[in-house]
Amino acid sequence: MATLATPTPAAVAGSDAKSGLWSWLATTDHKRIGTLYLWTALAFFLIGGLEAVMIRTQLARPNMGFVSAETYNQLFTMHGTTMVFLAVMPLSAAFFNFLIPLQIGARDVAFPRLNAFSYWVYLFGGILITLPILFQAAPDGGWFGYAPLSTPAYSGVAPGSSELKMNMDFWVAGLQVLGVSSLAAAFNFITTIINMRAPGMTLMRMPMFTWMSFVVQFLLILAFPPITVALVFLMMDRVFGTTFYQVAAGADPLLWQHLFWVFGHPEVYILILPAFGLVSEVLPTFSKKPLFGYNVMVYSGIMIGFLGFGVWAHHMFSVGMGAVADSIFSLMTMLIAIPTGVKIFNWIATMWSGEIRFTVPMKFAIALIAMFTIGGISGVMHSSPPADLQQTDTYFVVAHFHYVLFGGSIMGIFAGIYFYYPKITGRFLDERLGNVHFWLNFIGMNLTFFPMHFSGLLGMPRRIYTYDAGQGWDLFNLMATYGTYLLVVATAVFVWNFVRSRTRGAVAGGDPWQAATLEWSIPSPPPEYNFAKIPTIGSRYPLWDLKDPSWNADPSGHAVPSDPSDLQEETASHTAKALGIPMPYPTAKPLFTAIGLVVMFGGLLLFRDHHAVGLTILLTGAAMLIGGLYAWLTSPLE
Amino acid sequence: MASHAAAASHGAVAGHDDGHAHHHHTTTGLDHRKIAIWAFIGSECMLFASLISTYLIYKGKSLVGPFPHTEYVDAAGKVFTPILDIPVTSASTFVLLMSSLAMVLALQAVQLKGQPLPAGAGWWTRAQRSSQLWLGMTALLGACFLGFQAYEFTSFVREGLTLKTNLFGSTFFTLTGFHGAHVTVGVLWLMSLLWIDRTRGLTPKDELVVDICALYWHFVDVVWIAIFTLIYLIQ
Repeated sequence: MATLATPTPAAVAGSDAKSGLWSWLATTDHKRIGTLYLWTALAFFLIGGLEAVMIRTQLARPNMGFVSAETYNQLFTMHGTTMVFLAVMPLSAAFFNFLIPLQIGARDVAFPRLNAFSYWVYLFGGILITLPILFQAAPDGGWFGYAPLSTPAYSGVAPGSSELKMNMDFWVAGLQVLGVSSLAAAFNFITTIINMRAPGMTLMRMPMFTWMSFVVQFLLILAFPPITVALVFLMMDRVFGTTFYQVAAGADPLLWQHLFWVFGHPEVYILILPAFGLVSEVLPTFSKKPLFGYNVMVYSGIMIGFLGFGVWAHHMFSVGMGAVADSIFSLMTMLIAIPTGVKIFNWIATMWSGEIRFTVPMKFAIALIAMFTIGGISGVMHSSPPADLQQTDTYFVVAHFHYVLFGGSIMGIFAGIYFYYPKITGRFLDERLGNVHFWLNFIGMNLTFFPMHFSGLLGMPRRIYTYDAGQGWDLFNLMATYGTYLLVVATAVFVWNFVRSRTRGAVAGGDPWQAATLEWSIPSPPPEYNFAKIPTIGSRYPLWDLKDPSWNADPSGHAVPSDPSDLQEETASHTAKALGIPMPYPTAKPLFTAIGLVVMFGGLLLFRDHHAVGLTILLTGAAMLIGGLYAWLTSPLE
Repeated sequence: MASHAAAASHGAVAGHDDGHAHHHHTTTGLDHRKIAIWAFIGSECMLFASLISTYLIYKGKSLVGPFPHTEYVDAAGKVFTPILDIPVTSASTFVLLMSSLAMVLALQAVQLKGQPLPAGAGWWTRAQRSSQLWLGMTALLGACFLGFQAYEFTSFVREGLTLKTNLFGSTFFTLTGFHGAHVTVGVLWLMSLLWIDRTRGLTPKDELVVDICALYWHFVDVVWIAIFTLIYLIQ
């Protein structure tokens, strides 16, 4: 970090220069990779938001002609795909990267180069899936890509043409690429959390964000293979003419739905648990109280992850699975509300009789509790198959999952951004602009999504590009559209604040919020090696032990006070070299390997229509991938 | 990075590493790579579970033949015999299982490197010490299995079963093809280890690198046992 170390001549001349484009392309520093994730995911968040604005403009009034039906299909498909895979998941990944090593007292992740590889694969996969919208060729089969509707028989040929449309090909290839990124990252973080904790950091002393992230990594490694298999089948149907989803050949039209939702429901928890982790850091800090029921929070997080694999078919009540399957999945869905409800009560109990400071991150965290509860309650409503049959595929469901994902994930991520921005950049985000952002965001969100409950219950279906007047939907749609415009203003305020505060924000210092966990024991932004001396941990809130042991009511009773000398904030800035700490070399080999992977999938996309060209590109990509991998694995890390 | 040439050869030792556990203390005492490979294998279980489930869901659902275990006569009166050749695949299964044995011996040979041979050691004791022999043998048996698979695939295509023919063709070729791809990666991995062994020589310090490859290899074998039982043996 340029602000920290006075560059030595060697550092400037050598490959470990700390600034410039190359230093970012070749970085293996988890903090820099986290920053790359943050900026990239925020850019995709804006793109996804722009798509939402166009959707809402088209739906503002009955029979609008703002976009065509074909464009509308592309817009809602890309809005969902972008927000799920390119915005919320990578925003969580930004926090995984930046925070996990800092929270567990490590100097980096277990596999720094694999970490860089994950980021580059995400970036290129995101571009592969997003770019076609500029050519009106974006995926148009919904973010769930239901086969057989996404097979060539139904989405392959444009009207009046004989050439297969490539729209869904980009989606199929892009999601496979993004899956590689998520899996590689998950193996990395599982290893990091299991194996790189500082001395004394037992599992039950880990910060709650790290705990929730730990659960998410297991969900990722177990949930991504089924969708990968579903995508491989779909790709083979589209490219090689296999029969996996061809009903005429005897295929089961529900195969895709099962494989997709076995992934898709755990994915919901992949999106929400990191936000739960972030607010579990924010709430204790600004309530000046330890998290209420830490153990139960951990167990309920694990329980959510576990039950998350047993509820997938509640997305399929309307397909006619029969009474037995419906009952089992209904029951499981009701069960999963229990650990989720436990979390909500524990957060409230954390704030109860605390010394609450209503900072911007605290407001976002409280907003998550309130908004997620609304989304959670409408979720439990869907667990009843008869009720679900009324609500499925209506705007009521759209309202439900936006309360969960916007009211839950996005609110939690904003809480995290306001909370950790000082740690990442060394400066505060402006509090006044933050308050404006919060209230506009809060009001805009409710104005957008609350009316959808009503239009949904009045029967307005999802994914229609326009509607006739006189069905009682007009007012609710107009409200939702105005709400979206309010969100545009809110987001603009945030972006202005985010960019401006990097240079103009108030200087934060190492521990600006009087927080309790390890990441606050080091300077902001942290030096490249994080900890000059690896600390020894004696409790869940080591920094509070130092300031005032009475703050920390560690219920385990086994806590030994942490060694104060380990946790003194470092005032002097040293380079890793000066301290004799080995750091990973910067290297662009992961970047090269990631390019190989994406080129390979690009070749596969071309293969159907241009065999020779496609095969050549595919083999070139494969050669780059294998060559890059060999070069990477046979060169030393540090 | 040229100045690190000496270290570079050390990196080759580490082989498939990104981890630096051999320098540093870890929480569990295990190397990072060992934990990562188990997480990877856990994920792979879900991959093959999804593939095998799909095969089983579509079992017997094909509208036209050839079929795996039963005869099929098409509209033109052409007769297709049951397509699976169980004796041949039993042989290839045996070859793959023997490769796991060779893998175990390869790991043992690396662990025993540098230890003096007991006096009057026979040919078998000597052979047990040759990591190159057993790494090569494992790769060779793996390649043999792939040869069987290539033969099987081409003869099926000749008999009229392709990816496009029916649900059986689509699911069979995809499932066994995925497994074959895993065996191919394993063979390349083993050949890389063999190459390192021949150029620089593996030592007991490299046990972990061989151990990780062995875990992967045994996993791929276990998957084949499931595939062989569910697809070939159960009618």
